[in-house]
Amino acid sequence: MPFHTHNLDNGLKIIGETSPSARSVALGFFVRTGARDEVPAVSGVTHFLEHMVFKGTPRRTALDVNRDFDRIGAHYNAFTSEENTVFYAAVLPEYIPQAVDILADILRPSLRQDDFDMEKNVIIEEIGMYEDQPMWSAYDHAKRAYFANHPLGNSILGTPESIHALTRDQMHAYFQRRYVAPNITVVAAGNFDWQAFVAEIEKHCADWTTGPTGREEIRETAGSGGFEVLTKAKVTQEHVFLISPGPPADSPLRYAADTLALAVGDDSGSRLYWSLVDPGLADSAECSFHDYEGTGSFYTSLSCEPGQTRKNLGIVLDLLRDVRQKGITEEELQQAKSKIGSRVVRSSERPMGRMQAIGMAWTYLHQYRTVDDELKAFDAVTIKNIREVLDRYPLDRVTTLALGPLEKLAPPDH
Amino acid sequence: MPQAVVHQHTFANGLTLLAERMEHVRSAALNFLVPAGCAHDPPDQLGIASVISDLITRGAGPRNSRELTLALDTLGLDRDESVGSMHIRFWGATLARNLPAALEIYADILRRPHLPKEEIDAVKALALQDLQSLEDEPRQKVLVELRQRHYPPPLGQDRRGSVASIQGLTIRKIRNQYQRLFSPKGTILSVAGNIDWEPLRNQVGRLFGDWKGDEESALQFGAQPGKRTHIAKDTTQTQIALAYDSVPIGNADYYVAMAAVNVLSGGMSARLFTEVREKRGLCYAIWASYQTFKDRASVLCYAGTTNERAQETLDVTLGELRRLADGIEPEEVERIQAGLKSALIMQEESTSARAGTLASDWYYLGRVRSFDEIEAAINALAPETIVRHLHRCPPRNFTVVTLGPKPLTVPV
Repeated sequence: MPFHTHNLDNGLKIIGETSPSARSVALGFFVRTGARDEVPAVSGVTHFLEHMVFKGTPRRTALDVNRDFDRIGAHYNAFTSEENTVFYAAVLPEYIPQAVDILADILRPSLRQDDFDMEKNVIIEEIGMYEDQPMWSAYDHAKRAYFANHPLGNSILGTPESIHALTRDQMHAYFQRRYVAPNITVVAAGNFDWQAFVAEIEKHCADWTTGPTGREEIRETAGSGGFEVLTKAKVTQEHVFLISPGPPADSPLRYAADTLALAVGDDSGSRLYWSLVDPGLADSAECSFHDYEGTGSFYTSLSCEPGQTRKNLGIVLDLLRDVRQKGITEEELQQAKSKIGSRVVRSSERPMGRMQAIGMAWTYLHQYRTVDDELKAFDAVTIKNIREVLDRYPLDRVTTLALGPLEKLAPPDH
Repeated sequence: MPQAVVHQHTFANGLTLLAERMEHVRSAALNFLVPAGCAHDPPDQLGIASVISDLITRGAGPRNSRELTLALDTLGLDRDESVGSMHIRFWGATLARNLPAALEIYADILRRPHLPKEEIDAVKALALQDLQSLEDEPRQKVLVELRQRHYPPPLGQDRRGSVASIQGLTIRKIRNQYQRLFSPKGTILSVAGNIDWEPLRNQVGRLFGDWKGDEESALQFGAQPGKRTHIAKDTTQTQIALAYDSVPIGNADYYVAMAAVNVLSGGMSARLFTEVREKRGLCYAIWASYQTFKDRASVLCYAGTTNERAQETLDVTLGELRRLADGIEPEEVERIQAGLKSALIMQEESTSARAGTLASDWYYLGRVRSFDEIEAAINALAPETIVRHLHRCPPRNFTVVTLGPKPLTVPV
């Protein structure tokens, strides 16, 4: 499929993959900023700002933004991660000019004081919602424990206290520093005309300010190695995360790391599945690989009856050590590769899936990766590559956090 | 837009096969609806459908549990077995070239499962943990409680069952229930993706043509409990869920009823999101959605909000529901039309979405609606017809369930 790139004079990057057989087009504005780019005094500002972007501009009130998107039948939303804030919309091809007009406009938000004050309530509600979900809460605390003083441990939502204390001017300063043109990539995938699209973006974004695009503390970390128990009496099951180090986003080992995580902890047919879920010892036990700029990590998680936790943790640690020592079998490798191949193909069949994939590849690697490139890269993973990952990133070098009703939990003998 | 061709064949034993060829994709999705959902769980065996849905893939035909999983994984099949009120659904998706091999294995799962006795303790342990996990998911919990009170039994009963009913399940009861309900009569298989109809039909005929089974089991409904209730729980947020009756799919008012729900909750400019979240900042999540059965339908509404603001959230939400029949703006209808149309077109890009729609249309309507038919119905929407429907069928007689530290007052 044809791939195109263009840079505006102010440094804004535009990329696109055209696919005439698609019925729709997906557009995304990838801002390379996230929780890791925050200092403690503004904890949660990136995510709060993502909300404020939908609150309007000199040309649009908050209600106008929602109405204008809905008027063109757009499927739109945004998300904030440790490293990226992404605003996106999928629309029918005839609505591309309107979609660009809205997205480009809201990326220069007014940040009005009364909207800011009102939206604070919504953010506090969102924090409350996640607080009532122990698995998510355990993940957030485990990440903090693992990354310790590394900025990737920063909370995406912040705390009710940090959000209360945040001022509109602090957010504005953060916006001016992070939403500069060179820090943003505009991505399109699906059925659209490249030249016309570039012209639309140029029309709306050429006057965006330019500036430096720094990011601090891009470094590898192997984690703190701690063992923490957070007692929450009102929670029913015990929720545990074990985090261990992995390769960074630009490492050629990331394909092997993904494959390894799938063999160890896919939700069915994996080592963890057969050891814990199939026999009914835990209601979930999974492993996934997350890569970041400069570092990566494997997240192994389980939830089970509190009384079973210590025994289950022992099983998990034995399993991770066994994998680190002996690797996985050729059969497990092939099984994992089959699953990945099918997932890569299927997620690429919708413009939204392609847009996310090429946007992330460009953000992290400045590279265009076709679906077939990705398939080939996964297909090429060998047992030797898996060995390399395990040698450099010991899977059983874990930082552990348990959240649930248990008051005490002794680390299993290992 | 070129019309997608939908193929359909009902075999002599009652099994219906539906298929849509999508040329621009490399994948295919399959979807079995077996009429063995949890509404069929006997009162003393609640949770049995869930247990069957887990046990049924633990060995079938010539393969034991591990061999079966390995075979499906090797085909790159992502799959899910889920239990709804009316059906157990078997969903799978992979590369189109692997679909025939996957179907061979599904014939074993549906027709020749081992339902092994030695796995039953593990499956029951998982079912009990599933039940416990619900306590850690207040958003799911409140909706489970809402459905149990809004629908007449056994329609509203939850797939998770109860601790006592799951503990009482035996392999004999499980195998009996499987024998009684797993039958080609009423079972629907739908496939969408890069497939060829003739070989598919031949293969399905070979795999399932000689499958025999009982007539579909009819449900006897009890009285609708229709209670208002509060579940006391020490949570950060209060969960609010309410339901009221609507008209089912197939009813002449179906599209206007859907449109009315979209006035409340279709897109971020819809009324509930605008009034409750955007203007008042009362919550993060609020929505209304339409849920249909063959003979009845409901609108379910949900909001999660901090305890201090819960009463206001409920009051504003109920106010919006009551105000609906007062009038709808032409602009609101235009937005709904744009949203429904783009959803209709974008669905054509997903093999899973198409396979799902084929099966559900067939189940509810006995036919698959064409793109043109749905588009014409969307185009015909107008404020007057929606309002007239709301006068015939206004939001009222609410079932209200709340979960949190303190009960709320439901105004009369």
